[in-house]
Amino acid sequence: MTNLSSIGNIVRQTSHLGANPSINIENLSHWFGKGSMKRQVLNSISMRINPGEVVLLTGPSGCGKTTLLTLIGALRKIQQGRLSVFGCQLNGSVRKTRQKLRRQIGMIFQGHNLLRCLTAEQNVQMGADLIQGLSYQARRHKARQWLCAVGLEDQMSKLPHDLSGGQKQRVAIARALAAQPKLLLADEPTAALDSVTGREIVDLLRKLALEQSCSVLMVTHDPRILDVADRLLKMEDGRLIHSSE
Amino acid sequence: MIFSIWEKRKIPLSWLLLTRQPLRLSVAIAGICFAGILMFMQLGFRDGLFDASVTVHRLFDADLVLMSPRSMSSISMSGFPKRRLIQAMAHKDVVGITPVNWNFLLWRNPETLITRSILALGFEPGDPLLKDPDFYTKAQVLKNRGRVLFDELSRDEFGPIPDWYRNGRIVETEVAGKRVRVAGLVTLGPSFGADGNLITSTETFKQLLPSMPPGSIEIGLIRLKTGSNVEEVSYSLSNILPNDVKVLTYQEFIDFEKEYWRSSTSIGFIFTLGAAMGFVVGCVIVYQILYSDVSDHLPEYATLMAMGYELKGLLGVVAREGLLLAIMGYVPAYLSGQALYALVRNSTKLPVAMDSQRAILVFILILVMCMGSALTAMRRLVDADPAEIF
Repeated sequence: MTNLSSIGNIVRQTSHLGANPSINIENLSHWFGKGSMKRQVLNSISMRINPGEVVLLTGPSGCGKTTLLTLIGALRKIQQGRLSVFGCQLNGSVRKTRQKLRRQIGMIFQGHNLLRCLTAEQNVQMGADLIQGLSYQARRHKARQWLCAVGLEDQMSKLPHDLSGGQKQRVAIARALAAQPKLLLADEPTAALDSVTGREIVDLLRKLALEQSCSVLMVTHDPRILDVADRLLKMEDGRLIHSSE
Repeated sequence: MIFSIWEKRKIPLSWLLLTRQPLRLSVAIAGICFAGILMFMQLGFRDGLFDASVTVHRLFDADLVLMSPRSMSSISMSGFPKRRLIQAMAHKDVVGITPVNWNFLLWRNPETLITRSILALGFEPGDPLLKDPDFYTKAQVLKNRGRVLFDELSRDEFGPIPDWYRNGRIVETEVAGKRVRVAGLVTLGPSFGADGNLITSTETFKQLLPSMPPGSIEIGLIRLKTGSNVEEVSYSLSNILPNDVKVLTYQEFIDFEKEYWRSSTSIGFIFTLGAAMGFVVGCVIVYQILYSDVSDHLPEYATLMAMGYELKGLLGVVAREGLLLAIMGYVPAYLSGQALYALVRNSTKLPVAMDSQRAILVFILILVMCMGSALTAMRRLVDADPAEIF
């Protein structure tokens, strides 16, 4: 047992050293608008995130954090620079590749974006349904397990509008993790929550992500949660200005 | 195989999207149902009226029918010489003929004394006329003068003749100003042109209509040897006979009448237009419902796309919504259609009934309506940009 866990540790440490980073970005730039309205939002960003790392991205609003997140999440086309996720080059990729890649990326939004017509359990199962080759029962079981893991075992059959803000965000986390992602992107997951709930959510996120050895990139304004990060990135005017361990 | 599909099933998103919004769903179902009922009624009336125009035609026992070329329809029959029918008898395949007089006469309602036009058929009671095997014995009473057989399905405006007759009363009234006695009841059914029917002997017919030239008939029924080629005999007879008469097969005789109502009147157009309007109204309603449904859920669809669901799969969700709406709207429309047909049958005595062909046609129209609307609503889905939801 001790042997196994120490091997696990070694594997983790070596992977931390970064032979195969989860995300690798080189000189990424991005513009919005056309012609005279063209405006640069990202300016030569280079960074890498390793498997199992929890990275926080902060900066004033409008500095391009969300744009960077959507680019990494394969939701936008790359305009300039190089970006690869799990070794998959996103430059000039076809929609199909991006679609497939998205299945390995869990996303948690500022607004929880749950499906209003589905119960908490069904919402989480929408995530689990993305896993191929599992029976309906198994996927439902998984959904229930995740809801238990986020502490909502009593709220399974409630519709989103019967849940509190914190509970909705927990469902969203469960949904993102139920698809067994290797990377979790979160855009201000605590923005709509009070400080205590926000703290709980972030701790939960970190704990569950680590158990899955899933990297986390979280955009946040919230100074109270900075300590959960392995690494802190700061952005200003489309540039990465500061990086600290 | 079935088991593995069952195991692969996912959350029934289309079903939940529809059923978790009961108000919107009921509006949609009501709309589709309304469109379906409208189509059922209009098409039912149209087919019913065309069928009604040949209720009497269908009952004749004939393989070929002789008619005057000047006859345009059952309500404007012209006479032709009876000799032509006797000439036809010379053909080797012809085994029997029945000359028939056909005209509209005024019937006086014995209760209210109001007169009304009724279709009168005159024939020799010894000849076969209708396919109904019991008719021959019934017709023998017509050998007495001034006797008629009254159609018990005639509209009530002709008077309570069937009730009176069954109660043993002697029912006498005037037809074309001459006294007649009802000597029996037959079951024919009102047609489009005729609200009621009576059958009498040629002799009584002549008495009722003395202005009719002797030896003139309106229809000649011809029966052929079993196994003879109807088309061929029809062709050879029309070559033999002069052109003051035309030869129709039994089916052509029925189609000729239907075609008159279809082409020479605006009935077909009016009811088809009515059905088309039902279709358009349904399309608008379903499109509105599906479009606003997709618009309302656009952020949710975008979220699913961000999670890695394919656009194709989401289009399938909308398509299934359309399919579900079609089925959920069709069932009540079909049932209401049945009930309304029964109502129409009872109050108008028109042969309006649900036939499987129309039931399928209306279902296909509703399906086209829902799927077409779903398809148009899907264009909105393409606008769902997952990058916008962060």
